[in-house]
Amino acid sequence: MNVMDTRATSAMLYLDGVHVSFDGFHAINNLSLTLEPGEMRAIIGPNGAGKTTMMDIITGKTKPDEGTVLFDGVTDLTRLDETRIAELGIGRKFQKPTVFESQTVQDNLLLALNVDHSVRGTLFWRGSRDEAERIDRVLETIRLTEARNRLAGSLSHGQKQWLEIGMLLAQDPKLLLVDEPVAGMTDVETHLTAELLKEINKTHTVVVVEHDMTFVRELGVKVTCLHEGTVLAEGTIDQVSSNERVIEVYLGR
Amino acid sequence: MTPHMLTRSLDRSATIFLAVVAACGILIPLSNLLLPAGSFLQVPTYLVALWGKYVCYAILALSIDLIWGYCGILSLGHGAFFALGGYAMGMYLMRQIGTRGVYGNPVLPDFMVFLNYSKLPWTWYGFDMFWFAALMVLVVPGLLAFCFGWLAFRSRVTGVYLSIITQAMTYALLLAFFRNDFGFGGNNGLTDFKDILGFNVQAEGTRAALFALSCLALIAGFLICRAIVSSKLGKVLIAVRDAESRTRFLGYRVESYKLFVFTVSACMAGVAGALYVPQVGIINPSEFAPGNSIEAVIWVAVGGRGTLVGAALGAVVVNYAKTFFTSGVLAPYWLFMLGALFILVTLLLPKGIVGTFNAWWDSSKEKRAATMASAAAEDGVAEPKMAE
Repeated sequence: MNVMDTRATSAMLYLDGVHVSFDGFHAINNLSLTLEPGEMRAIIGPNGAGKTTMMDIITGKTKPDEGTVLFDGVTDLTRLDETRIAELGIGRKFQKPTVFESQTVQDNLLLALNVDHSVRGTLFWRGSRDEAERIDRVLETIRLTEARNRLAGSLSHGQKQWLEIGMLLAQDPKLLLVDEPVAGMTDVETHLTAELLKEINKTHTVVVVEHDMTFVRELGVKVTCLHEGTVLAEGTIDQVSSNERVIEVYLGR
Repeated sequence: MTPHMLTRSLDRSATIFLAVVAACGILIPLSNLLLPAGSFLQVPTYLVALWGKYVCYAILALSIDLIWGYCGILSLGHGAFFALGGYAMGMYLMRQIGTRGVYGNPVLPDFMVFLNYSKLPWTWYGFDMFWFAALMVLVVPGLLAFCFGWLAFRSRVTGVYLSIITQAMTYALLLAFFRNDFGFGGNNGLTDFKDILGFNVQAEGTRAALFALSCLALIAGFLICRAIVSSKLGKVLIAVRDAESRTRFLGYRVESYKLFVFTVSACMAGVAGALYVPQVGIINPSEFAPGNSIEAVIWVAVGGRGTLVGAALGAVVVNYAKTFFTSGVLAPYWLFMLGALFILVTLLLPKGIVGTFNAWWDSSKEKRAATMASAAAEDGVAEPKMAE
């Protein structure tokens, strides 16, 4: 399928007919998904539905067997590696919070800033006022200003989740992929995270994978339910959660 | 443990380390040369040579700590880069012998005459010039590390698999250098050196100068490593060590970072080998033995990986112990002791000597700070509480 010559779609992210199998197991099966610029989308679905594999495909960790994956209407993501895709402006938060535990909170953010990432650039790096201000702003947004000099490994679980979201902000990508941001969070933290993501969505396109239906409802955005590697239902939270098939495979009666 | 305290404690150990090495580099040669032989404070020449060897090992340990302690690359073949640097220096020293060899050939070293070489192999061209040999000390290990690393890191060979192929690399070189027709002296290696830059390698003055130079190289190596690990690049290296794929998703080309630091490290190991050879007077293929590289990793583990100072300290401590125990009745048991030491350190002191000391120092400091803070709180001065 040749869609490379012109801007094929106005979508920020465009997946069409994507297939991936691991040793005969079809993790992703004819998956199609379109995300408009500025949109926030929640992805739900049972375990093994292919949510994380979908993120792996978008970020270049896994190569699809067939199908189209376009970013920003022009870039074929299936040909690029993780580093290149990150440089293009796709940031990812992992399911398990992955921060650099033996470094301080502010160093974690410094590493995430989308500045020169070459060997020479980092070897001769001198901090600038602009970078320091950006880090300060992110620290404020994720409510970790007080903890800026603490080692990331000493943060609580919820704080680590926020730090990782903060690293995404510092990276300032066009598209943010956020995998289970509220797993293991208290109700208050969950609420604050929803507020934070809504705030981020004002300037960024966001994909959120989440199991917590209260949280998804609070986001109040379009929902896609995946099942066995394909889209089962799509629409508002009320439409999706009243869908017969969704209730059967995911929500339970 | 706040990072501020961490850097301060590192700065303190770095300062002590540099002062001690500089003092040794100046005082030991002076005492050897100026004080009358046999006087209490005079360091005998054999000890200068022995300690010079330790200093070279310390540089090797530093180079291993740079990649293992900070970037998580466990090379079990770093002895190969050390030996290659040593061979480059050995080749220069061989060509300085000239007509003073047993066979008196002005160009060919003795072993080549003995093996019926008619002319000098091209690999030996240029090694009669010191500057060329000195350049090769850096270029040969650096180039090998670059090519090896380019293939390995680009294919994302990591962890134990990388360690195994580094072992294979040094073993392959061991076998190659053992062969007489490889052209580097085969089994016997290179020895019977006479001069270095016109000075007799056996002379006390030359040995003292080589010792001082080794200390200088250790200081320079330490400062280079420290500059690297305390730059932003150092933070990226630690990020790669702790969460490699996370670093990649942030947009860092991890393989370039690994390649850079691996190559720098190999060059440092080469310099260590080049300083080692004139002080011990021989280089032969046994320097490539896989066991040597593993031993060097143990020095770093004992001293404390990721501390730089610890690596150098570990090299000196373990080698001092080796000299001490292998010269007595316990000699046959040295390898068992080394093995036991490694197991004990791994189980009881996973941070090594320096790492454990730093942790202890920081926690005791924190306790003192906490006591002071609570005393201040009792005086009615409210301390701002950290968000938990």
